[in-house]
Amino acid sequence: MTQLTITNIKRPGSDQLESVTVENGVIRGWNLGDLGDVIDGRGGTVAPALIELHAHLREPGQTEKEDLASGLAAAAAGGYGTVVSMPNTSPVVDDPAIVRALIEKAEGLGFARLRPAAALTKGQKGEHLAELAFLKEAGAAMFTDDGRTNENARVLRLGLEYARSLGMVVSVHAEDASLRADGVMNEGPVSEELGLPGNPAAAEAARVARDLEIVAQTGARLHVQHLSTARALDLMREAKRRGLPVTCEVCPHHLTLTDETLRSFDALYKVAPPLRTQTDADHLLEGLLDGTVDCLATDHAPHTRAEKERDLLEAPFGIASIELAFPLMWTRLGERLGLEKLLDLMTAAPARVMGWPEPTLEEGAPADLVVLDLETEREVNPAEFRSKAKFSPWAGEWLRGWPLLTVVGGKVAFRREGEGVE
Amino acid sequence: MTGSSRPRHLLDFHGWTPERLTALLDNADTMAQVLDRPVKKVPALQGLTVCTAFFENSTRTRVSFELAARRMSADVVSFAAGASSLSKGESLRDTVEVLTAYKVDAYVVRHHAAGAAHLVARYSGKPVINAGDGRRAHPTQALLDAYTIRQEFGTLEGKTVAIIGDVRHSRVARSNAELLPKLGARVVLCGPATLLPADLAALPGVTLTTDPREAVRGAHAVMALRLQQERMNAGYLASLQEYADHYQVNERLMREAESGAIALHPGPMNRDLEISSDVADGPRSRIVQQVENGQAVRMSVLYHLLVGRE
Ligand SMILES: [Zn+2]
Repeated sequence: MTQLTITNIKRPGSDQLESVTVENGVIRGWNLGDLGDVIDGRGGTVAPALIELHAHLREPGQTEKEDLASGLAAAAAGGYGTVVSMPNTSPVVDDPAIVRALIEKAEGLGFARLRPAAALTKGQKGEHLAELAFLKEAGAAMFTDDGRTNENARVLRLGLEYARSLGMVVSVHAEDASLRADGVMNEGPVSEELGLPGNPAAAEAARVARDLEIVAQTGARLHVQHLSTARALDLMREAKRRGLPVTCEVCPHHLTLTDETLRSFDALYKVAPPLRTQTDADHLLEGLLDGTVDCLATDHAPHTRAEKERDLLEAPFGIASIELAFPLMWTRLGERLGLEKLLDLMTAAPARVMGWPEPTLEEGAPADLVVLDLETEREVNPAEFRSKAKFSPWAGEWLRGWPLLTVVGGKVAFRREGEGVE
Repeated sequence: MTGSSRPRHLLDFHGWTPERLTALLDNADTMAQVLDRPVKKVPALQGLTVCTAFFENSTRTRVSFELAARRMSADVVSFAAGASSLSKGESLRDTVEVLTAYKVDAYVVRHHAAGAAHLVARYSGKPVINAGDGRRAHPTQALLDAYTIRQEFGTLEGKTVAIIGDVRHSRVARSNAELLPKLGARVVLCGPATLLPADLAALPGVTLTTDPREAVRGAHAVMALRLQQERMNAGYLASLQEYADHYQVNERLMREAESGAIALHPGPMNRDLEISSDVADGPRSRIVQQVENGQAVRMSVLYHLLVGRE
């Protein structure tokens, strides 16, 4: 029997200092005294550990960018207890044996839990469905060809129907590849002034519109990833009004950065879909507030420093953000969203998208917890990241809301020493 | 030393005041006089080393810069690289750090990617002159265009410059659209809609039209842009014939412009495609002068960044 008590913590919305005891991976109860090992929560706020639906952990095959150990440690440091990894690795996660191997390896690490997503199509080529039933049996959390766009609408339709029969979610990177063309940033006055090939907002809206019609036809569950434009969001709003079984996510970078950042010509800001305009960012925030957007996801996409130090045409797409997603959201948008809503968007909401039980702090619930320091400002120092991507668009910014402690399955997965609230 | 607002690089015209730009052009007059002497060399940059780093081939531009540097007694080292070493996994930063180890004092950078010259400036810490980066900018070309127009009319104030052709992919068009309004001129960008991004209308002092007759009406200078023939295969154009029929800068079109209007082309020309031979070789043409002026303007830029004076 393992027992751990976290003392001096507050539940959201309360000023009362309490303690929680976890035992054998579940919450045994509140204020039971100092049972087992004791960790001082230093006055932080406790919440269910965050859930990430969209992270690129790069294993197998791209471990110079990230691997399970660095990626899941980074997730735990960011307050996450569960991570859905994307299948665009090398080889692609389209084989049940790879799914099993990933889960097994992650279990031994003791950081965040891993729930791998599997490819919807073999090799993510968009031509033939992967063995979806076998992949589900092996433990795949959902199906997606993220990183690739589903150009063949008929194959997507078949995949949605098949996944529906398995009770599984399909998620899509909604971008029309022919409209996106060679675009490396949002198409608009900034891209034209900078002379960089643009990716029009219509590339996203056109694809979302197509996919929503397929959902209307099939009734299958579709999750739209990393929405970036106001127009695509409006389409989602309308689809939800129609009662379609669709959900969507947005990412912290699309809420807090715009295409103006590309004036630096720094490939740190090169991401797919691209950073859009302030108008788009404002719409995305409205979508979070009115419930059109279901949840937040990071699209943590680490690359090597050398790759990101290339010119903007050559450098790969992606921002690595899993370690500071919560502090970033809390510092920049906490006032607009409120703590309760923000925590919901990063814990219960992703669980609802996946059809998982909602995490709670009640007795008997899984002991996946995070203690957050909502007060103390700390500078973003990428050198301290657990992720292999030790650079960030937010380097040098001062943020609040850093996790002090992350507990996964009743065991300490991350602990920040020596500073924070008291 | 000069004021802190003084730009260290010529990457584009961001941060360049009209006064400083005018000083650059005035100084090019002095440099042009040097080029008229029997001994075309001054010791202004003696002991300094200029590196021409060409990640994309352009013999004409490289020769123009290297001659400009040598005429001011600078040592010149040239580095030419295809995209090959970079695609083998070397970052642009790595390449620049190797070059910096050679202790050069300034870079002239040509690259296929917009913004690459900005990165070289950041990573090297030395003055950088952008000799063309992707679709972004070719500032010395715009300066020599401005210089050539000013030579003709004495001023750019109140002048109208029509730029006709593949605006979308043109760093020359972008640099002129940035520079000329700072010097008081109006710029009209013109081309078929597929090659004329509507978003460029956001630039101050710039208007767009797809009608070349409208573009040249009232224009004092008409510039034809080079058309890459592969634009047809990429779907931007139906045929070169159709393009030439509608957008070629020819005598018929020039008659719609101001009576003393001049014709410009950044070269190399596709004769009788974007520009007709009768205009290119005719009395309105200032295409040869552009090339000549290029050297004086580049000498002025090198001098300004490496030695400088208020
Ligand atoms: Zn994606």
